[in-house]
Amino acid sequence: MPLNITALIVFVLFFALVTFVGFASVHWRRGDMDLLHEWGLAGGKFGTLITWFLIGGDIYTAYTFIAVPALAFGAAGGAIAFFAVPYTIIIYPFVFAVFPRLWSVSRARGYITSADFVRGRYGDRWLALAIAVTGILATMPYIALQLVGLEVVIAAMGVQLQGFLVYLPLIISFAILAAFDYFSGLRAPAAIAVIKDLMIYITVFAAVIVIPARVGGWETIFSSVPQERLLLPDNFGSYTGYATLFLGSAMALFLYPHSVTGILSSSSRHVIRRNAALLPAYSFLLGLIALLGFMALAAGVQQNPAYASGFSQFSNNFAVPALILDVFPGWFVGFAFAAIGIGALVPAAIMSIAAANLFTRNIYREFINPNCAPRVESQMAKSTSLVVKVGALLFIILLPQQYAIYLQLLGGIWIIQTFPTIIFGLYTRWLDPKALLVGWAVGMVLGTWMGASIGFRPIYPLEIFGMTIPAYVAIYSVLANFALAVALSAVFNASAKSRADETVPADYAAQGSGVGGMGH
Amino acid sequence: MNGNNGTNGNAWHWSYWLLILVCLVTFFVPFYNRIEPTLFGFPFFYWFQLGWILVSMIVTAFAYYITEQHEKSR
Repeated sequence: MPLNITALIVFVLFFALVTFVGFASVHWRRGDMDLLHEWGLAGGKFGTLITWFLIGGDIYTAYTFIAVPALAFGAAGGAIAFFAVPYTIIIYPFVFAVFPRLWSVSRARGYITSADFVRGRYGDRWLALAIAVTGILATMPYIALQLVGLEVVIAAMGVQLQGFLVYLPLIISFAILAAFDYFSGLRAPAAIAVIKDLMIYITVFAAVIVIPARVGGWETIFSSVPQERLLLPDNFGSYTGYATLFLGSAMALFLYPHSVTGILSSSSRHVIRRNAALLPAYSFLLGLIALLGFMALAAGVQQNPAYASGFSQFSNNFAVPALILDVFPGWFVGFAFAAIGIGALVPAAIMSIAAANLFTRNIYREFINPNCAPRVESQMAKSTSLVVKVGALLFIILLPQQYAIYLQLLGGIWIIQTFPTIIFGLYTRWLDPKALLVGWAVGMVLGTWMGASIGFRPIYPLEIFGMTIPAYVAIYSVLANFALAVALSAVFNASAKSRADETVPADYAAQGSGVGGMGH
Repeated sequence: MNGNNGTNGNAWHWSYWLLILVCLVTFFVPFYNRIEPTLFGFPFFYWFQLGWILVSMIVTAFAYYITEQHEKSR
């Protein structure tokens, strides 16, 4: 690919802008960066609009922008890529009804992570540890995958360095990210998310206006998709597969540490509930992004020799960059690629902060250095966030990209195992912590085994009662987890019921005006 | 400690049944897995799901406004 100078200049300019904003954001609603609550949750001060940008920027990542259309574009894909739409349709009612409870109890009791909540609700440090470790493990590949998105757009601009230098742009980007994250904490990605989300909306709207006009309308776009992939196959297994895929994805999404961080950084329950009505705008955007994959088919980018090297290096992930290169002038290519590139930095930042919060609170402070001073706690989180980013970078540099994708699939299966503990815990204390721990362990092992046994694909064809029911591995494994937890809870409750619970019912409706002990 | 004077902002409200209905329709995949009727060149499978997002936004916004009085701190 020839070097696209115009695009590169625009790209670098926008990266310079967000670097400035990242450092400047420390002054925004200024707080003491030596307190974990301020560094890791921005003091919990974000209102409706900022939370909208933050959670949107958090959930709709560079990888989403590249991988979802790639799924629509590729030979094995098509209609199934649209699972991202119903997944987000069902999740926001769930957020609306359930997550204010987590926010309230966290404000009332000073929790910064979901594992903090588990520790307080069940009084069991081992269950909390399981939740924390799961969160950290599930987040790591997700961060690594953002780098893949960044890699693709850098290569698409024709930046071709030799040998080890090929990773230099990635390393520089991540070094900048690490620097302003360390300095400003969650305020940095929140501020940058505003820029990034605006850029993504502009890019996608430009694409859906310009490209259909260019290729001859939406009819042409849909007719360039092979008939057999335009809809889901009309059979039972296809429907159970699709439905469980989006159900499992929805159940898992807000259990991820970075989603919890977004929720807990909000200033009130109202902010969360309003955002449950407003965030679906991003879902609409995601539906359009999926259709970019079809637009790439209509534009014939795979047949175009100019993009051959990109496709050979990145396979279907090159569909969207090729489409953008094909349709837009150099300066807009730079803008669009910067949107994607920044779209890698924002979630990577929030994810690493969230993972750092978990490690610091629920491993370091719980087991290694209890009663540590607030400054020590905050320092540990900052360092952990750095380590996490370096780890993700090394992962992408040293290991084949496919491993990151497999681990991401497993990450989704792992994180859903925290559903019984956290979500049911928000409503009832009936489930026993040890029973939940056993259920969690079984779910983890079963889910990992199932996923691995089918070559790290999401849909497992379970053979039961003479039928084959294909469904998302995460659903099967969390059902087993939950069933076991319920059965064992019944047994344990009958003998010696564990009663530890520092929360009271009123906590779950708290408005947060109380003292709550945040950042103690 | 929590300033809501005992009102329960988590109480069930009838509008939540609408939210459940939105989700149930979403699960009924065979219903929307079709091409006809098309809209602006979009097969039903695609425009229905996109449109259903807008429906869910409206229903959630409705549920928010109608339950807001339970949430307001005094």
